[in-house]
Amino acid sequence: MIDLTTNYLGLALRNPVVASAGPLSQTVAGVKSLADGGVGAVVLYSLFEEQLRREAEATAILEDMYEESHAEAISYFPTVPRAAHDASATYLRLVEQAAAAIDVPLIASLNGASLGGWTQTARRLADAGAAAIELNIYFVPGDLTMTGHAVEERHLAILAAVKGAVNIPVAVKLSPYFSSVGNMALRLDAAGADGLVLFNRFLQPDIDLDRLTVESGVTLSSPVDARLARTWISVLHGHLEASIAATTGVDTADDVIKYILAGADVVMTTSSLIRRGPAYAQVLVEGLGQWLAAKGLSLSKARGLLAVPAEAAADAYEREGYVSALEKAKSTYGSLR
Amino acid sequence: MNEQAIIDGNEAAADVAYRVSELCSIYPITPSSTMAELADEWSAHRRPNIFGQVPTVIEMQSEGGAAGAMHGALQGGALSTTFTASQGLLLMIPNMYRIAGELTSTVFHVAARSLATQGLSIFGDHQDVMAVRQTGVCLLSSASVQEAHDMAAISHSATLRTRLPIVHFFDGFRTSHELNTMVRLSDDELRRIIPRELVLEHRSRALSPANPFIRGTAQNPDTYFQSRETSNLYYQWAPKVIANEMEKFAELTGRRYGLVEYHGAPDADRAVVVMGSGIEAILPVVERMNAEGARVGVLQIRLYRPFPTEAFLEALPPSVTRLAVLDRTKEPGASGEPLFLDVTSVLGEAVAGGAREKLPVTIGGRYGLSSKEFTPAMARAVFDELAAESPRPRFTVGIHDDVTNLSLDYDPALDFEDPETLRAVFYGLGSDGTVGANKNTIKILGSSADTFAQGYFVYDSKKSGSRTVSHLRFGPNPIRAPYLVSQAGFIGCHHWSILERVDILEFARPGTVLLLNSPHGPEETWHQLPVPMQRRIVELGIRVYVIDAGKVARAAGLGSRTNTILQTCFFAISGVLPREQAIERIKAAITKTYARKSAEVVRKNHDAVDSALAELHEMPVPIDDWSDRGLIPPVPEGAPKFVRTVTAEMLRGRGDDLPVSALPVDGTYPSGTTKYEKRNISEIVAEWDAEECIQCGNCAFVCPHSVLRAKSYPADAIGDAPEGFLSAPLNAAGLPQTRYTLQVYVEDCTGCGLCVEACPVKPVDQPSRRAINLTPLLDREKEKRAVDYFESIPVNDRSRVDFGTVRGTQFLEPLFEFSGACSGCGETPYLKLLSQLFGDRATIANATGCSSIYGGNLPTTPWAKNAMGRGPAWSNSLFEDNAEFGLGMRLAADLHEDLARTRLDELRGAIGDDTLVDQILAAPQRLGSELTEQMDRVNRLKARLEGLAGPSVEDLRSVADHLVRRSVWIVGGDGWAYDIGSSGVDHVLASGRNVNILVLDTEVYSNTGGQASKSTPLGAVAKFASGGKLTNKKDLALQAMSYGSVYVARVAMGADPQQTLKAFREAEAYDGPSLIIAYSHCIAHGYDIRKGLEQQYRAVNSGHWPLMRYNPVIRDAGGNPFLLDSPRPRLTLQQYQSAELRYKVLKAADPVEADRLVALAQDQVDRKWAEYEELANRGAHQFAADPRSRA
Repeated sequence: MIDLTTNYLGLALRNPVVASAGPLSQTVAGVKSLADGGVGAVVLYSLFEEQLRREAEATAILEDMYEESHAEAISYFPTVPRAAHDASATYLRLVEQAAAAIDVPLIASLNGASLGGWTQTARRLADAGAAAIELNIYFVPGDLTMTGHAVEERHLAILAAVKGAVNIPVAVKLSPYFSSVGNMALRLDAAGADGLVLFNRFLQPDIDLDRLTVESGVTLSSPVDARLARTWISVLHGHLEASIAATTGVDTADDVIKYILAGADVVMTTSSLIRRGPAYAQVLVEGLGQWLAAKGLSLSKARGLLAVPAEAAADAYEREGYVSALEKAKSTYGSLR
Repeated sequence: MNEQAIIDGNEAAADVAYRVSELCSIYPITPSSTMAELADEWSAHRRPNIFGQVPTVIEMQSEGGAAGAMHGALQGGALSTTFTASQGLLLMIPNMYRIAGELTSTVFHVAARSLATQGLSIFGDHQDVMAVRQTGVCLLSSASVQEAHDMAAISHSATLRTRLPIVHFFDGFRTSHELNTMVRLSDDELRRIIPRELVLEHRSRALSPANPFIRGTAQNPDTYFQSRETSNLYYQWAPKVIANEMEKFAELTGRRYGLVEYHGAPDADRAVVVMGSGIEAILPVVERMNAEGARVGVLQIRLYRPFPTEAFLEALPPSVTRLAVLDRTKEPGASGEPLFLDVTSVLGEAVAGGAREKLPVTIGGRYGLSSKEFTPAMARAVFDELAAESPRPRFTVGIHDDVTNLSLDYDPALDFEDPETLRAVFYGLGSDGTVGANKNTIKILGSSADTFAQGYFVYDSKKSGSRTVSHLRFGPNPIRAPYLVSQAGFIGCHHWSILERVDILEFARPGTVLLLNSPHGPEETWHQLPVPMQRRIVELGIRVYVIDAGKVARAAGLGSRTNTILQTCFFAISGVLPREQAIERIKAAITKTYARKSAEVVRKNHDAVDSALAELHEMPVPIDDWSDRGLIPPVPEGAPKFVRTVTAEMLRGRGDDLPVSALPVDGTYPSGTTKYEKRNISEIVAEWDAEECIQCGNCAFVCPHSVLRAKSYPADAIGDAPEGFLSAPLNAAGLPQTRYTLQVYVEDCTGCGLCVEACPVKPVDQPSRRAINLTPLLDREKEKRAVDYFESIPVNDRSRVDFGTVRGTQFLEPLFEFSGACSGCGETPYLKLLSQLFGDRATIANATGCSSIYGGNLPTTPWAKNAMGRGPAWSNSLFEDNAEFGLGMRLAADLHEDLARTRLDELRGAIGDDTLVDQILAAPQRLGSELTEQMDRVNRLKARLEGLAGPSVEDLRSVADHLVRRSVWIVGGDGWAYDIGSSGVDHVLASGRNVNILVLDTEVYSNTGGQASKSTPLGAVAKFASGGKLTNKKDLALQAMSYGSVYVARVAMGADPQQTLKAFREAEAYDGPSLIIAYSHCIAHGYDIRKGLEQQYRAVNSGHWPLMRYNPVIRDAGGNPFLLDSPRPRLTLQQYQSAELRYKVLKAADPVEADRLVALAQDQVDRKWAEYEELANRGAHQFAADPRSRA
């Protein structure tokens, strides 16, 4: 049996397939089924704390709206016994119960865009038993005034704040939309990120032509989506202290293997587990093991085997790949000019 | 160390009652509901009583039920109590006789309130408690918040000592809702007041199979009488026992009370007797008069039953030769009011028996009915009357009685208040948080050991855009002033629109400081003020401060919520606290209020507090620069005389000044007066897009306020239309020369936006708009001209309107319009529809509740008349009896229809038109056109009768209207139909009579503030169901169907308006009892009710509210009478519930329980749906036949 144990964020994983943040981990039972399905670690669904705070605000306003306006009805709701409003309480409870229920590391995921209450929440996640924290710094496109520099600084500031608050490892899940995503990765690495997760997906809305409406919705990723992340992982491999997690576009064991070859420490997936069930993780893990065995490679040997060599100039390497891709396209589709 | 607190009278009483009881059996009724709500909340919070147990709190179906449960629990040995008022107390009377007859210890805590007589009133007086004085209960009265607390404790100990049940009462609203500084009794003190041995004795009298006995026997002439006399000694002892309890209480707490207390000159020649909070208005008068050399006094009655004869005679100085007895009640036809009669009989006997030398001249007066102000100035008038040569034997004070001339004149300018007390008045709107902030202000100031504070809040009678006036007092001395503030040192006006309509300087004095929330800035504000106000400002030397609080609020992200900003300005200007300290305490109060709810709200309010003072400016007051503005008149000049002279005064806030002669003698008021009150409560209003509109009528159908009206008319009829009057070609085949207008009555629009939500049109080039949109009202005058012009176009001929489609109904004139219901109300669209379809021949019995308040609360009422003077005739009897009330209307109509038909046939020869008579007698009267024809025939008949005479003719003339088919509607909410009126509804449905019952189902007691009813769904949080409702919602439809002879429909206008329309028409056409259960979204569900229609859709499509009809006529014709009108559920219950606070609250407080209840509720929905589908697929013979049917 091939040894698939992996170090991710300093955590010892039994294999490099990780369940990424997604709807399957919303309950203790869900988390348990993921762990039972064979993954090496579970990232919980994201805690959208800011959104929860906004909802709480809206609720508070609603509660006030009709109070004290009629002699017969000073209010419309009883004071229900509750602790100080705690947007994260449900999530913390899940962390606590899920961490105790599984024997693989449980990574909590914090999603947001501003500094807000990250540090306090991160500390509470650590106390609740999270093995690590994944920061999903999620800027919804729309603010046209914010400069690229400011976006980068915000990432670094959030990372520094959270790192300063907790002793457990912290990974950053980032988007590919930086002017220089590689440089950003290096800066996050230098700022102490224990891992980088490449990349998150903006769940972009679509347009319904019949109803003339903008429809929000989630689509599952497909293998073609993996190419962007793989490209950057192959570039960054060997340049970072931080672990690298690949996410997006995993459907079969082949996709896992490709990420490993590009240099990923772990490979994350939600889409394939939604499509085929949590037990599919074991198929991915076994597929990886079989492939390694067939090729006579160890996991550590395979990892980064096809990354851009550390000594090579990445831009030249990329350009080479680009030129050869164009050449291939020409031969397939005819001249592109 | 005792805790000093600032609470209201309700909390003061409930705090004790709860802690010394094992059971509270409750039912909501204003103004006592808060006591029950608190008890329920405490129980939900697991707060223990002084015995270490968490009391059980159970909501019953009515006060009668609450008293019954209490009686049973007492027989079971439990310490039981209840809270009620007014009609609720009346419903307890039968049990009160029983409980007293059995010498059972219990306390009824009553926030004393008026009774429904010529009109209902929720406000305070002693009519209710006086109506139970004969039952054998003791009556113990409290005069203040502190007393409500202390006397509650004394009542509970005294009832155990005396074995007599006690009604402990205090003045509704005046005491129940007044916030005042008080000292709380500790649990230890309460344990000493209620010794354990008394509890054990009480328990030992319980029914027990271990020691069985029988109680509640039926007795015969031989022994009943003697038995009735057996308890005499208990009543003789009671006053002494209670006095003794008061004495022990004084030893424990230092607060001394007497059964009867005398205050004033020991050698007084004049004295007043009073009970309740009125004493506090008299005391300063006594003090000042005595200081000025008079000899006067006042006697406060605390124990009223058993009447404390001995204590009374002891307390009344023998020197008193003139005595006035004040009763806060009325007993028409009696030789005097109850307290007066008691006093005169006691005095008479005392003189006759030699215990007293001379009988004082004793006069009796009424005051303070329905929370009418009773002030020191009025008390002074009573003393003055006593000094008159021959005082009026009977009088009233506080009103102007120009009919029987009983009222005393008084000088309202007299001021008896403590000069060290700061008085402040704040004008706000219901939704702006002014009252909430003022309550915080009182708590902030009152939390200092050396400051006393008082707050009282007045709300107007509308549920949307309502005005609030907060009356606050602060000072270094205890505040005993149970009347509104006058001559205020500080006045705050938190909305510009208020000062345009009301004289906000009514309560000003020289040197008053005025704070205006003005959008006009410190320079321009002066020029925008009405002239009368400018003159008062100059005359009284008022200092004016201005802030644009809206601007500060918007900047802080608070939207229109300006309360904490204005609160900060008040502290800064008034200087009641050093600024820094004030700001710190305001912020602490904000944190306390919102920390549990939202950190964001805390932060934004803190920011607003920090930035408020930079925007606060003192406004320069010019000496001689007047604007050209007056106050906006409350009603137009062309309004009817009654509206101009009576209604308008009420609208101006001067209803108190209306004399007796101005008011109807029997509670009969003109219909349709809301149209004269243009409230302009919304700055954004609906705007019709004539080009895009497809004229479907959906918007007009759902408009809760009847502000969208449609008419079609010949194209050439509007040649003189003013600018701004919109028109479009009528979208109908075959009428090319006809145009259409959907008119928005902008001054009545509340900006609720339901119309926008209902509009199916999305203009292609503007996908975010509809054919009707909300927009700021920019040119009011132009819009008013358009409305006036629209009014001049004749209403469409009913006989030509298609009643069967939503589109058609828009052309029917609403005869229910511009009610004061909440903006976006989910009930009123159904009533409007009723009025459009049947209003010109309908009588309506309306159960007490929201619909009777927005439907019948003065000053203005919405049930209206058409151009022919016809319209719905509306009345409210009670809460509990509405179905029976409506049935009575039907029976009367049937009798008079029979009479009319008989006389018509008899008079056939005299009338001389056989065709007319035959047509009238045979008219089918089903379709709109047939009814129009019948009305026309009846009018012709009446014309013929004009020339005839004789008893039969007079008979026929008096009932001829009944020849037009009368439509009887019985309307009410779920609190009525599912709970208190349930047995009546059931009985009337079983009567087979032709009535139409419309249940406006909000699934909660909306009017009294959201208490659970048996309609409240499983898992929903409501008052009295704080942990989530734990029983399934009752299926009223299935119950009614079981008779086989009842037409039943469940409708939700927002989900399927056409089905709603169909159900209304079928129900009305059905010759038998009909029941329509109408989903009514409500603010008590906790979401922005602009989304109300969408929630209705979700309710239906999740299976929570399956649409159905059951029509016995179809059964008679051999078909399946059960029609399932909604599609199989396509949403989960959670998708419906997740938008509503009533479900979300539990999810936040107890997610595990919330999930459990959601799963159960979903299961219940699935089962119900399966059951309904099975019903929908049955054959006719599987349903009960209508026994009345001959088919």
